[in-house]
Amino acid sequence: MCLLFSAIVPRKVEAVSMSPTNIFAPASTPADSVFGLSIFVILTCAAIFVAVSVLLTYAAVKFRVRRSDDRAEPAQIYGSNQVELAWTVIPALIVVALFLASARVIASVQDAPRPATALEVVVIGHQYWWEYRYPKLDIVTANELHVPVSDPAHPTPTFLTLLSADTDHSFWVPRLAGKTDLIPNHPNSMWIDPHETGLFLGQCAQYCGTQHAKMLLRVYVQTREEFERWVRKQQQLPTAAVSAGQHVFESTACVNCHAVSGTPAKGVFGPDLTHLMSRDTIASGAAPNTHEKLRLWIQNPDALKPGSKMPAMGLSDRDLDAVTAYLETLR
Amino acid sequence: MSTNIVELTELPASRPLTLRLHDWVTTVDHKRLGLLYILFATVFLIVGGVEATIMRLQLIRPLNTLVSPQTFNRMFTMHGTTMIFFVAMPMVFGFANYLVPLMIGARDMAFPRLNAFSFWMTALGGMFLYFSFLGGDGLYGAGSAPDVGWFAYAPLTAKTFSVGHSTDFWTLSLLVSGIGSVGTAINIIATILCMRCPGMTLGKMPLLAWLNLTMGGLVVLAVSPLTAAQLMLLVDRYLGGHFFDAQAGGSAVIWMHFFWVFGHPEVYVLAIPAFAIASEIIPVFSRKAIFGYPVMVLATIAIGFISMSVWAHHMFTVGMTSGANTFFVLSTMAIAVPTGIKIFNWLATMWGGKIRFAAPMMFCVAFLFQFLVAGLTGVTLAVAPFDWQLGNSYYVVAHFHYVIVGAILFAIFAGFYYWFPKVTGKMYNEALAKLQFWLFLIGFHLTFDFMHIPGLLGMPRRIYTYEPGRGWDLWNAIITIGVFFQASGVLLLVANLAISYFRGKAAGSDPWDAWTLEWSTSSPPPAYNFAVTPVVRSRRPLWDIKHPEDPDWRYE
Repeated sequence: MCLLFSAIVPRKVEAVSMSPTNIFAPASTPADSVFGLSIFVILTCAAIFVAVSVLLTYAAVKFRVRRSDDRAEPAQIYGSNQVELAWTVIPALIVVALFLASARVIASVQDAPRPATALEVVVIGHQYWWEYRYPKLDIVTANELHVPVSDPAHPTPTFLTLLSADTDHSFWVPRLAGKTDLIPNHPNSMWIDPHETGLFLGQCAQYCGTQHAKMLLRVYVQTREEFERWVRKQQQLPTAAVSAGQHVFESTACVNCHAVSGTPAKGVFGPDLTHLMSRDTIASGAAPNTHEKLRLWIQNPDALKPGSKMPAMGLSDRDLDAVTAYLETLR
Repeated sequence: MSTNIVELTELPASRPLTLRLHDWVTTVDHKRLGLLYILFATVFLIVGGVEATIMRLQLIRPLNTLVSPQTFNRMFTMHGTTMIFFVAMPMVFGFANYLVPLMIGARDMAFPRLNAFSFWMTALGGMFLYFSFLGGDGLYGAGSAPDVGWFAYAPLTAKTFSVGHSTDFWTLSLLVSGIGSVGTAINIIATILCMRCPGMTLGKMPLLAWLNLTMGGLVVLAVSPLTAAQLMLLVDRYLGGHFFDAQAGGSAVIWMHFFWVFGHPEVYVLAIPAFAIASEIIPVFSRKAIFGYPVMVLATIAIGFISMSVWAHHMFTVGMTSGANTFFVLSTMAIAVPTGIKIFNWLATMWGGKIRFAAPMMFCVAFLFQFLVAGLTGVTLAVAPFDWQLGNSYYVVAHFHYVIVGAILFAIFAGFYYWFPKVTGKMYNEALAKLQFWLFLIGFHLTFDFMHIPGLLGMPRRIYTYEPGRGWDLWNAIITIGVFFQASGVLLLVANLAISYFRGKAAGSDPWDAWTLEWSTSSPPPAYNFAVTPVVRSRRPLWDIKHPEDPDWRYE
C-alpha cells in the first residue's frame, strides 16, 4: 500500500507539471473515481489493440504474395461457426466487465448523498462569464470560485447547482471533476471535494458563442480558516468614500449591468463588482486584474476579448480614469 | 449487338461540349449520377479541407491572432456541416449509386428520375449552405456564415443569439439535402429489393449490396428526425414557436435528442458503406472468399439496429439520471460486439490468402488498423464517467476524425483506386497512388494521433485560441504540421486520377481478376450496363466462370 502510494504521488506531480488541467492528476473524489476507472478502461483497450494489431500485422506480412508465387488461388475458406462464436462471446464478456465497472462509478458519483456539512454554490453561466452565488452565505461573486478544502476524514464537499442565463455552457475543471453542462431551463448539479489547496483551472466546455474560448474557470481551494476569512470579507460592504468615479459609474449605463452592494448600482446582466479588487483576473480570466488592463477593459473590451457582451462606454479620458480609480477601491 | 455498343458509347464524344454538359445535367443514368455525387463531394472535400487548414493555422500556437473568433467559429461550423452533409454523405451515395445496380446485375436504379431529383436536392443544399457567406447577414450586412457549430445546440440558434439569416441558410441547407438523402435511400432500398438479376437471392448478393441496404434503412429512419427538427427550428425562428426556446418554457435538451437520434445512426450511415468497400476489396486482394458471409450480414444488421439506441451517449454531460446514463453505456458498448466481429472476419479473410498490396489493399489495411483504434477510443468514450472528462474535448475530436478520416475516408480512397479502372477504362498510376498513401498516412497520424493528447490535458473543442502554460502548445503545433501532409495527399490523389483519366493505360474489363458482376461488363460500362441480363448461382459469379471445376455454389 505504501509502495503503491509512493509510486503514484511523484507521478501525479509530473502529471500536474505536464498540464494544470491534466485529467490524470485528480485532486477530488469525482475526478479520482473517473481516474481509477479510466486506467482500467485504457489498459483493457490497449490489451485488445495489441492483440488484434499483432494478428493483423502477422497476417499482412505472412500472407503477402511472394515473387515466386505459382499464381494459383489459395484454398477458399468460407467461414467457421466455432471461430465466429469465439469472437462474439469473448468481446461480449469484456463489454460486460467494462459496463459493470462504469455503472459502479456512475452511481458513486451521481447518486452520492449530500452531507449536512456541504457548501452550496449556485453557478450561473452567462455569455461569456461565470456567476457564483452562495445562497446560505449571502455572497455573489464572479469568475473566481472559492471553496474550502475537504479533509477525507471530515468531508466538506461543495455542491454546485448549475444554471444558465442564456445559452448552453459546461463547467469543467479537469482535476476536480468531470464536466456537467449548464442548460437554460434545465437545472443540473455536481459536486467536488478537493483534497488539496491551491488554484485549479478549467474552462467552459460547451460552445456558447463568440468568446467561448475565453470563458475560463478558476477555482481557489482554501484552508478552512482562509475560506472563512474570504467569506467574512465578501460579506462586508466596501467602505470607500464617495468619489468622482462613483458618480460617473452610477450616472452612466454601467449600472444597467453591474451591481455594487450598498449603492444604487443593481444591474444583473454583468458580474457583481462589489469586491472586484479581491479577484486576480478580469474578463472571466482573460486578463490579469491590473490597473492598465482594467482601464483598457472599460475603454475597449474588444481589445481584450473581441465579441464580449460588454460594450465600449465611450468615456472621456478623465471619466475613464475616475471610474477605474473608483473600481480599484472596491476591495 | 457489338456495333450497337460502339454506337452508344461513341455518340457523346462526337457532340459539342455544351450538349455533353447538358447530357450530364439532365442525366437519369445511375452511373453518371453516381459520378456527379462523387465529383460534388470531392469539390466540397477540398473546400472543407481549406476550412480545416485555416483552423489549424490559427491553433498552431497559443493566443494566435490569424483569424477573429467570429471567423474561427464560422470555420468549424462550415467544416463540420460540409464534411458530413456535402462530402461524406454524397460520397457514399455516389458509390452506392454507381455500384449497386452493376453489382446486382440491374440496368439502372429502381427510380431513375427520383435519383436525379435527389442528387440535385443535395446540390441545392450545398449551394444554400455556401450562399450564407454572401447572404447570411441579409441585404444590409457584409456577409456571414453560420457560427452555431455543426450540431447547432439550442438556444444558440434562437433569433436572440443568432441574428441575420446565416442560421436559416444552415437550416434550409440541411432540410433540402435531407429530402435528397431520403429519396436516394428509398431508391437504394427499392433497387436492391426489386431489381436483382435472376438467381441473385438476398443471400447471394455481394456484401456491398447488403451493407448499402442497411445504410438505406438507417438513412430513412435517422434523417427524418433531423428534417423534423429543422422544421421546428424554422417555426421557432419565424412563426413564434417555442420548441427549443428555453426562456419561453421550451427545451434545449429536446434539440439535443432530435439531433443525436439523427447524429449517431449517421455515423453508421457513413461507416457501413465504408465497410462495404472494404468487404469487396479485401477478399479480391487476399484472393479468398469473404470469411463468414452470413455473420457479416447479421453483424451489419445488428449494428444498424443497435445504432438507433445509443444516441444519448453524446449527452452524458447534460444531466441525465444515473439510470439513463447506465443504459446508454450498455447499449453503446454492445455495438462493439458486432463491430469486432467484422474486424475479425476481415482479418480471417486475409488469413491464409495471397495478399497483393496494390493501392486499394494498402488503404484497406490502414483502414483496418485505424478503425480498430477508432473503435477502442469509442469504447473509452462509452464509459460515461470517462466521458465526463473526455466529452467535448480534443480527445473526442481526435476520436471521430479517426472514424471519419482514418476509417471512412481511407476506405473511400481505396474505393477510388479500386473502381477507377472500371469507371474510366483507364489504369491509375500505381507509384503516385502509393506515394499518396504514405503522405496521407503520415499526415493522418501526425494530426489525429497527437490530437488525443491535448484532450486528455483538458483542452476543450471549438476554442479559437488557448492560454499558454496549459501544456497544449507542442501538441497543437504537431497537429497542424500533419495537415500539410494530408492536403498534399489529397491533391496528389486528384492529380493522379485526373492525369490517368487522359493518359492512363487501358485497364480492360477486369484488371483485378475480381469476382463480382461489375467486372463482367466493359470498362467503362455501357449506358445499359449489361448487354444480356446476367444469371448468377453464387455470391461470386465470376469465380464460378473462372473456376468451373470448383464453383462457389457447391459450398453456399
